[in-house]
Amino acid sequence: MKTKTFLIFVLPSLFMMLIFIAVPLGMAVIQSFQNTQNVLIQKEQKKCDPFGCKKVISTMPLLDEMGKPVSKTKWVGWENYTALLEPDRVSQAFSEAGGGFAELLGIDFYKAFRFTITFTLFTLPLVIMLGLILALAVNSIHRRYRGPIIFVTLLPFVITPVIGALSIKWLFIGDGILTATLEAMTNSDIAVFSNAWAVEALVLFFRVWHTGPFVFVILYAGLQTINFDSLEAAIIDGASRWERLRYIIVPHIMPLIVFVSLIHLMDAYRVFDEIIGFGAEAHVTSLQWLTFDFLMPDDTGNRSIGRASASAMLTMVGIIILLIPVLKRTWNEQRPR
Amino acid sequence: MDNNHLYKLSPPLKLLTWMVVITWMVIAAFPLFWLVTMSFKLPLDAFDANALTVIFGPNTKNMIGGISIVGVLVALGFGYLFLKAHQRRESIFDYFTAFFGSIPKFLVIIFLYIIVIVAAIITFFMVVPMVSSLFNMIFGGIPLLSLLVEPFMGITTQHYEAVWIENEFYKQFINTVVVTTGVVSISLTVATLAAYGIARTRSNMAFWLLIMALCFRALPYSTLVTGYLAPFIEYGLYGKRFGVVIVLVAINQPFTIWMLRSFFMNIPPELDEAALVDGCNRFQAFWKVIMPVMWPGVITTGLFSFLLAYNDYMVAMLLLDGDARTMVPAITQYFNRETTLTDQVEAIAAAASITAPIFVMVMFFQKQLVSGLTQGAVKG
Repeated sequence: MKTKTFLIFVLPSLFMMLIFIAVPLGMAVIQSFQNTQNVLIQKEQKKCDPFGCKKVISTMPLLDEMGKPVSKTKWVGWENYTALLEPDRVSQAFSEAGGGFAELLGIDFYKAFRFTITFTLFTLPLVIMLGLILALAVNSIHRRYRGPIIFVTLLPFVITPVIGALSIKWLFIGDGILTATLEAMTNSDIAVFSNAWAVEALVLFFRVWHTGPFVFVILYAGLQTINFDSLEAAIIDGASRWERLRYIIVPHIMPLIVFVSLIHLMDAYRVFDEIIGFGAEAHVTSLQWLTFDFLMPDDTGNRSIGRASASAMLTMVGIIILLIPVLKRTWNEQRPR
Repeated sequence: MDNNHLYKLSPPLKLLTWMVVITWMVIAAFPLFWLVTMSFKLPLDAFDANALTVIFGPNTKNMIGGISIVGVLVALGFGYLFLKAHQRRESIFDYFTAFFGSIPKFLVIIFLYIIVIVAAIITFFMVVPMVSSLFNMIFGGIPLLSLLVEPFMGITTQHYEAVWIENEFYKQFINTVVVTTGVVSISLTVATLAAYGIARTRSNMAFWLLIMALCFRALPYSTLVTGYLAPFIEYGLYGKRFGVVIVLVAINQPFTIWMLRSFFMNIPPELDEAALVDGCNRFQAFWKVIMPVMWPGVITTGLFSFLLAYNDYMVAMLLLDGDARTMVPAITQYFNRETTLTDQVEAIAAAASITAPIFVMVMFFQKQLVSGLTQGAVKG
């Protein structure tokens, strides 16, 4: 294909990606050094009640001719970042009188960061294990039954994550059916959603439930491509089931395990939907949730876009680190030779 | 080739395997099953601590009514009819395509599906209750037969009615339809062209485009929305469904390109070359020769685009408000104001309604979903 034809084919997509991904990304970088606020003015007003009139000074946003609040943008340097990272409080926490890590985790950003990292690292082995066990199990079941099993298995994966999280939440919230069962079994009063650790465990469980099927499908497809001759040879040589798994099957699907691990790390780092679904923000928050929260209008209708941009940029640092191995892998595979 | 003998298991291992699979299936399906069960019960039953009360809903049965064994059989009978129709869908499509003559086949198929969905809703929400109450009237007085026709399980559809009719959830449904249709059609059109170009060129630029797309795929959505929000508010795109469509198409673009490209790679380039030799130009070769064999790949990729747009919460929540919201963010309105138990069950009914289309989609497109997932991974 001629380069010119190639360009015509990719142009619409390239245009969209540049305008709608690269430009907003650049905007976010710029905004993270800016602060936009409504211009406030002090107005003297007469307030009258039956007992006479008095003058009240009130602060209100300045409106333009259209009745929209006038806003002013100014450059603030690293202020948004310092407001997030709070270096003063960090050094306070680690000073003589400070509370150490416990105090550090009281700061919004570090709290979100701590959870995001724990979440990403803890779910990884669980998801891979679940996917591998399911793939091996389904692979040894008669072909006839596999269709319905795969159907049910796909459900947690394709379902809307917020709704999936809600459906699990409803099993536990208040006297939900599983809480009630647990209470009956242990003969005690349990309130799942008042314990931070229980909420965190549920959020972790949800991700394993949600992503396990994805890993399963990939590894199951990998199992179909195993060379049967080597398996047969191993049986003749007297390899036990465990040895066959350890020395033939797992090495064969290892590239796939690496692939799904990388994908999972990137996706889990962006954890957000389950926080909303479980309504877990009182106990655990993630980096994306932090940005989202800054972007939502507060009680006065203000959105802290500068703060949100700074938090988005800090989130990006982690993404870049996680992206490096993925890029390296793709580089080696797709590099033009 | 069946190589099952290589995986043949000893009986205890076989038992263990089945136990693992069945346990997983229960864990996978139970939350959704419970969601649907609760949505059909009065709050008194739905939030009972006893599982059997929730399933059989005695209070719902006494106050509203329910379904009898005959009713279940009638429902199963209709379900069987739908299943049979599904199994013979190809011949049905062909019959109606011939019947309508000049209308393209895919329009006929879409039209038929809409009719079937409406028919299914009418059947299960209106015809089945009517038929079973008719049976109840006829056989209600007869001692042994009355056991068959008397309700044994309480069921009410009032929460669904409240959600869809009183609370006007159909508005949100229309928003979702608009957004997902926009996202799927635009992102497929743009990405199919790009993916074809990338798959067929020897230029280095294709490689760099793929790397760029991969980097963009890793971006957190919140980062992008942060960049969009200020200009959207400035230029009046805030609160417009079109704005959300653009954002979701952009977010979706990298992933779509990668997936479509791997489908194009499976089509031998000799096919294009033959077309070129026969006097087509590139676009004719693409449109007349390659696209006809690409449809399965396009449909699969379309499914994933649909899922992304349908399941999105963050973008729609931040860029839309009020009546313009799509279904998923709108459901947060329910659990923010869930003051009474009835509100909660209505939220559950809304959640079940959102899940239903996805359930149907997996039923019809299971094979395509699986092939789409494995496409990028297994073949590189």
